Amino acid sequence: MSTATDAPKSAPRRGGKAPAGERVADWADGRVGVYSLAKANMRKIFPDHWSFLLGEICLYAFVIIILTGVYLTLFFVPSMAEVEYEGSYIPMQGVLMSEAYASTLDISFDVRGGLLMREIHHWAALIFVVAIFFHMMRVFFTGAFRKPREINWLFGFLLLLLAMGTGLTGYSLPDDLLSGTGVRFMEGAILAVPVVGTWLQMFLFGGEFPGYDIIPRFFVVHVLLLPGLMVGLIVAHLILIVFHKHTHFAGPGRTNSNVVGMPLFPVYAAKAGGFFFLVFGLIAMIAATTSINPVWVLGPYRPDQVSTNAQPDWYMGFSEGLVRLMPAWEIVLFDSYTLNLGLLTPLVVLPLMLGALALYPFFESWVTKDQREHHIAERPRNAPTRTAFGVAWLSWYFIALVAGGNDLWAINFGLSINSITYFGRVAFFVVPVVVFIIVRRICLGLQRRDREKVLHGRETGIIKRLPHGEFVEVHEPLSQEKLYALTAHDQQRPAELPAATDANGVTRKVGVVEKVRVRISRSYFGDSGQVTKPTAEEYREITSGEGHHH
Amino acid sequence: MKKLSARRRHPLAALVVLLFALATTGGLYTALAPAGEAKAEASDSSLAIEEGKKLYAVGCSSCHGLGGQGGSDGPSLVGVGAAAVDFQVATGRMPMAAEGPQAPKKPKDYSPEETAQLAAYIATFGPGPAIPESSAYNPADGDSAKGGELFRTNCAQCHNFTGQGGALTHGKYAPNLKDVEPRHIYEAMLTGPQAMPSFPDSVLPPDQKRDIIAWLDAVNTSESPNEGGFTLGGFGPVSEGLYAWTFGIGVLVAAAVWIAAHTAKARKS
Repeated sequence: MSTATDAPKSAPRRGGKAPAGERVADWADGRVGVYSLAKANMRKIFPDHWSFLLGEICLYAFVIIILTGVYLTLFFVPSMAEVEYEGSYIPMQGVLMSEAYASTLDISFDVRGGLLMREIHHWAALIFVVAIFFHMMRVFFTGAFRKPREINWLFGFLLLLLAMGTGLTGYSLPDDLLSGTGVRFMEGAILAVPVVGTWLQMFLFGGEFPGYDIIPRFFVVHVLLLPGLMVGLIVAHLILIVFHKHTHFAGPGRTNSNVVGMPLFPVYAAKAGGFFFLVFGLIAMIAATTSINPVWVLGPYRPDQVSTNAQPDWYMGFSEGLVRLMPAWEIVLFDSYTLNLGLLTPLVVLPLMLGALALYPFFESWVTKDQREHHIAERPRNAPTRTAFGVAWLSWYFIALVAGGNDLWAINFGLSINSITYFGRVAFFVVPVVVFIIVRRICLGLQRRDREKVLHGRETGIIKRLPHGEFVEVHEPLSQEKLYALTAHDQQRPAELPAATDANGVTRKVGVVEKVRVRISRSYFGDSGQVTKPTAEEYREITSGEGHHH
Repeated sequence: MKKLSARRRHPLAALVVLLFALATTGGLYTALAPAGEAKAEASDSSLAIEEGKKLYAVGCSSCHGLGGQGGSDGPSLVGVGAAAVDFQVATGRMPMAAEGPQAPKKPKDYSPEETAQLAAYIATFGPGPAIPESSAYNPADGDSAKGGELFRTNCAQCHNFTGQGGALTHGKYAPNLKDVEPRHIYEAMLTGPQAMPSFPDSVLPPDQKRDIIAWLDAVNTSESPNEGGFTLGGFGPVSEGLYAWTFGIGVLVAAAVWIAAHTAKARKS
């Protein structure tokens, strides 16, 4: 760029040569145009809020997983060929096992730094998916999935699915008794698919379970296919973030049409770079001190063995829970064809649960018919119905997750596993409804409190006695900034059905779908769905009479 | 010999012969003392049975019946053997403090002597497994790798990979085997207490039992090494997930809050 390069050149210099750094930059600009890239992006603004860093935790966890994963692939042998273990872990010496399991033991005991790398890799994977959940919750509850960010919500959702898939395949690679039980579980679910189940199973496993193919195949999927897709999607996710710009919370000077924060260079680059090392350090600290998946005590997988406490990693736990909750029903069709409902039902419910999460933004935009762009992150209380949907979904998910560990709750809390399962079956249907109602009411209560604070100020806790003996509490009016933050959100009016007849008196036809939409819109934005925020007139009326109210 | 023969009609000859005979008999009696000891032991044993009977009548008979025939509140003890009594009483499971899905391990009520007396008495109800010799369950003599395979085949379904325990139906459970005395593990396999199946020597030979004990000694005692760090109870992915959802994300969010609170311009609201 001429403007960028010309200016420093005009300054007099010793020896008439530009500094080395500048010459390198000039060289690079001549080839790949770094100046225009830098000009366009170095001043990119990021708003400051801790919840906007949750996505960064995901990104950094992913980078840590890739780095440690590369190290592990150097020593891992993805083979199911049988060998006799001769490594240094005494309680496994002489045991027959697959090369995959033996090489995992070698990584754990005989490769320098191998165990630490394994534990960082695994802990980072667990925390990665937790961070994805937190990140998604932040986006969901602040309405940051609204136009123009619906596509990015879907990208994020796909990343969640891919992370789950990558986790599942990676967790199965050591071919230990625990993960092998998980693969057996998965095989059972595949077999429960009507018509094509057995075919799919043979296709995936290259023959009867377990065969010799599944570990090498999972290896390719785990280290190449899924991470490759994830890298692509993460890049797309980040490009869209740059393109859309980041949302921010409303405040003085922070509007729907600007972004207020710190520039990428130097402030955000330093912060984000530092944060990467913090995340890496904390995950490494957890991995160095806390055991995860100690495969050496689990033993190699053998189809004739099984252990109790056989659960998948937490992000697949809800699928385990769905199966544990489902009664073992079976239907035999035409006396010869068995429908295994115990597995088939969870197999249908699982995508519905996840699909509800993916499609919510489209449901909401259908209800609101809102075509505006939204760059202000909403406060969860200001969208009570959405917030209630979100928390209800989480409660639904967590009941399935908790049911997946029913045996552990039973033994550690002295309960009956049967009672926990029966409770879970009822709770799966009842708790989300109850949570929905409670959360919506809490949001409305908080809205009322905000309204109260705007109109009457903050309760100071100072009690004053008036001349005639009455005690009143002194309320302190809020600052202008606070007032703005509490009242900046816009409140949608509920949709209404068009008049029953048009101007000519002809009965108007309204479709069932539209009628449903109007009803839902009313529950979102009607009198029972939100508390009308105070208007400027109301505020003036009350504050002009200051001293007479309390 | 002539002198001796000459005095054979001496008036004291009979007395001398008598004394000699008595001395010989006494010497022989002394030489055969083990026989006498055996007799004394038998009387000790009958004493133990006698004491055991009294203890039994006070502490056990209300549920198991005066003759060990069992009743509505407790099973028959005929043929359970001394090993079962030693396991149940020495781990405090018996006598039960209260009715429940299963008798939990608790501080024991009887001293080792009293336990032995009870075991001796109950063993008289019918033939059953005896308390094993200490050489039978010494973990140092077992092969932990073989024991691990046997444990995963026979025990892990209920007790988990390393014997951390697991839930059974209706509040019953397979207990955690951490730091359980090898003798009691051996006796449990031999007698199959409560919900556990029994593994008599015809099913699981004594050396295999010892291998299993060696495996548990290698992976589930207070002294067992935890190569990976804190084990979080050894329950596997559930406790690991819980840890990731609480401590793991917790410290990272704390770091995020800290980073976000420190910005280029000091701006406090």
